[in-house]
Amino acid sequence: MSAPEAQHDWPRVRLHVVTGKGGTGKSTVAAALALALASQGRNVLLCEVEGRQGIARMFDVDPLPYEERRIATGLRRDDKPPGVVHALHIDPESALLEYLAMYYKLGRAGRALDRFGVIEFATTIAPGVRDVLLTGKVFEAVQRNSRNKHAMRYDAVVLDAPPTGRITQFLNVNNELAGLAKVGPIKSQADTVMTLFRSPRTAVHLVTVLEEMPVQETVDGIAELHHAQLPVGGVIVNLVRPRDIGASDLEAARAGRLDAGRLEADLKEAGVDVSADLVDGLLAEARDHAERRALEDAQREIVNGLGVPSYELPRLPGGVDLGGLYDLAGELVRQGMA
Amino acid sequence: MSGPSRSTSRSTSRIRTRVGPLATSNGPAPDMDIDALLDDRNTGIIVCCGSGGVGKTTASAALALRAAERGRKVVVLTIDPARRLAQAMGIETLDNTPRPVVGLRANAKGNRRGGSLDAMMLDMKRTFDEVVEGQATPEKAKQILENPFYIALSSSFAGTQEYMAMEKLGQIHADARRDGTYDLIVVDTPPSRSALDFLDAPERLSSFLDGRFIRLLLTPAKGPARLMTAGLGIITGALNKILGAQVLTDMQTFVAAFDTLFGGFRARAQKTFELLQADGTAFLVVAAPEPDALREAAYFVERLGEDDMPLAGLIVNRAAPVPQGTLSADEAMAASTRLRKASPGSLTAGLLRLHADQTRIVEREALLRERFAAAHPQVPTAVIPALPGDVHDLAGLRRVGDLLAETR
Repeated sequence: MSAPEAQHDWPRVRLHVVTGKGGTGKSTVAAALALALASQGRNVLLCEVEGRQGIARMFDVDPLPYEERRIATGLRRDDKPPGVVHALHIDPESALLEYLAMYYKLGRAGRALDRFGVIEFATTIAPGVRDVLLTGKVFEAVQRNSRNKHAMRYDAVVLDAPPTGRITQFLNVNNELAGLAKVGPIKSQADTVMTLFRSPRTAVHLVTVLEEMPVQETVDGIAELHHAQLPVGGVIVNLVRPRDIGASDLEAARAGRLDAGRLEADLKEAGVDVSADLVDGLLAEARDHAERRALEDAQREIVNGLGVPSYELPRLPGGVDLGGLYDLAGELVRQGMA
Repeated sequence: MSGPSRSTSRSTSRIRTRVGPLATSNGPAPDMDIDALLDDRNTGIIVCCGSGGVGKTTASAALALRAAERGRKVVVLTIDPARRLAQAMGIETLDNTPRPVVGLRANAKGNRRGGSLDAMMLDMKRTFDEVVEGQATPEKAKQILENPFYIALSSSFAGTQEYMAMEKLGQIHADARRDGTYDLIVVDTPPSRSALDFLDAPERLSSFLDGRFIRLLLTPAKGPARLMTAGLGIITGALNKILGAQVLTDMQTFVAAFDTLFGGFRARAQKTFELLQADGTAFLVVAAPEPDALREAAYFVERLGEDDMPLAGLIVNRAAPVPQGTLSADEAMAASTRLRKASPGSLTAGLLRLHADQTRIVEREALLRERFAAAHPQVPTAVIPALPGDVHDLAGLRRVGDLLAETR
């Protein structure tokens, strides 16, 4: 069902923060979401802040500098022109130097700071400063002002954020700075950033897979976000197994009651060379699959009970390449996430 | 166990794995003999490394349990702040002291050979506090512990966790050597983005503490630094403007108080680093059969080589189980489509599609492993097939251990 443009779930959101436990594919989902938004005609900036150059690998381009680079175009839908995805790799050192140049015109002193190791000091140890810088740059991209005149303006920013375990601390920069800077520009910068993060223009989406521990981390993560008054977006369930076997068949498979004779007859009818090995193998796969599905269903119920919109992305047997990202993006559009 | 036999068992395992690149360029990687590694009394430390989300915690717990049930006196040190290992070990709270794990099975011969298993979770901040308290006078310690910069350093500095893991490993190793409490320490490394962080962190912390700016804060007006103080004026001015005035004061207090501890910190880190290079240490690199995880594993393997650290092998965790039979993915998919045309809800069609997916995943993973093996032919490998259920008890860990020990 192709939804008209305004009818997706997050029409007011300008900043989509995507987090998730390691191994759940949060970077993949962030990239797919950026493509999905672009397929709806929006111009999107996809940011990464963990220095891993995952965007460059996923989109098969050279490693990204601290500079917005055009990396992809959304899918053309109907006759609307698609939006463009730009990408930005944010590192705290560059963000600090840019910040100093932009707000303090610190040309010479900025270089002196670097020479004396102050930049390194500020970005590694000064409590919370690193996160203020990273989130500050994201903020700047969402809310471009006159200080950065020639910069591109975006309809939406997607942030491939730190994992679920650190996300609240990362976004709650105010809190982190509280022990350090009680006054001064850094403090007021943090306040402004927090206003955006706590507003309905931001949504923090959590990526999970249907396994016990990632789902538990998602539940905990949502509670922490609520506690910090940060807006929880949707839950994206990634790597979902195919669901085209019915409930009663699954139950029979778990109990080992599937009809081997029927299976054999069907296979013959479909023109497959039937061997006992093949039939046994398919039955064993059916049993494993059914067992896994039962666990997934239990976890899915927990996800459905979270009270937030959820979306499901299939496990791609061929792995995720650029084509796969477009497939996932299409799926997100179809389910109304973008 | 006598000295010579020890060295024999080690050298056999080494000879077995030493296969030239030409011999294996197209074949699979050599199999890893996990039980030989665990049974070798010379193995005193096993470090499990790998990028986040690959199952390091489960793998290290499974290894520790298996070693204990084979007669070793084991402690497993986990750093992951999540409740994962606690759940897996069936204990609710893990803190900075090792706790015995109950429910160990007597070994296959029916008699325990004195094996035991303790588990502990690293409390990074407490470990750091203890180091400070152990090194500084009570008065100075208090001053440091209350400083906001110390609080940040000890709780959120990237690398502190890794550094404290090493510190704790060093402590446990020294204690175990003195009291004979353990003969094997299994270490699960922090859930960092990159496996390399574990090796880089102590260096990063000490080079940071040695940094130019910190030196400058300490000696603003001495000797050759005199010239630099002009520059420092600009800097402190800028920092005061941006951060607010009290920040620099806090910073200076912290740095001054911490200065006396630097030497001790560096010496300890160096000692633990040497421990990791020693013969009794074995690194196991854990990876999921995914491009990113295997790339991290490759970096790590290369880095271990550069640092003369003993690599025992690669564990490919949660591999897709190989389907039986010889039906190819394409054939299965075609047959599934044919059946579905006649009867859309066909169970057999669904099973054939599952088989096709499974076969494709297995092929992709095998290709990834082959590429890894082609570039690193000397690395013994063990593959743990994914279990259909979650691992959260000793029985589950045991099953992982069995799978780990089975050759493919």
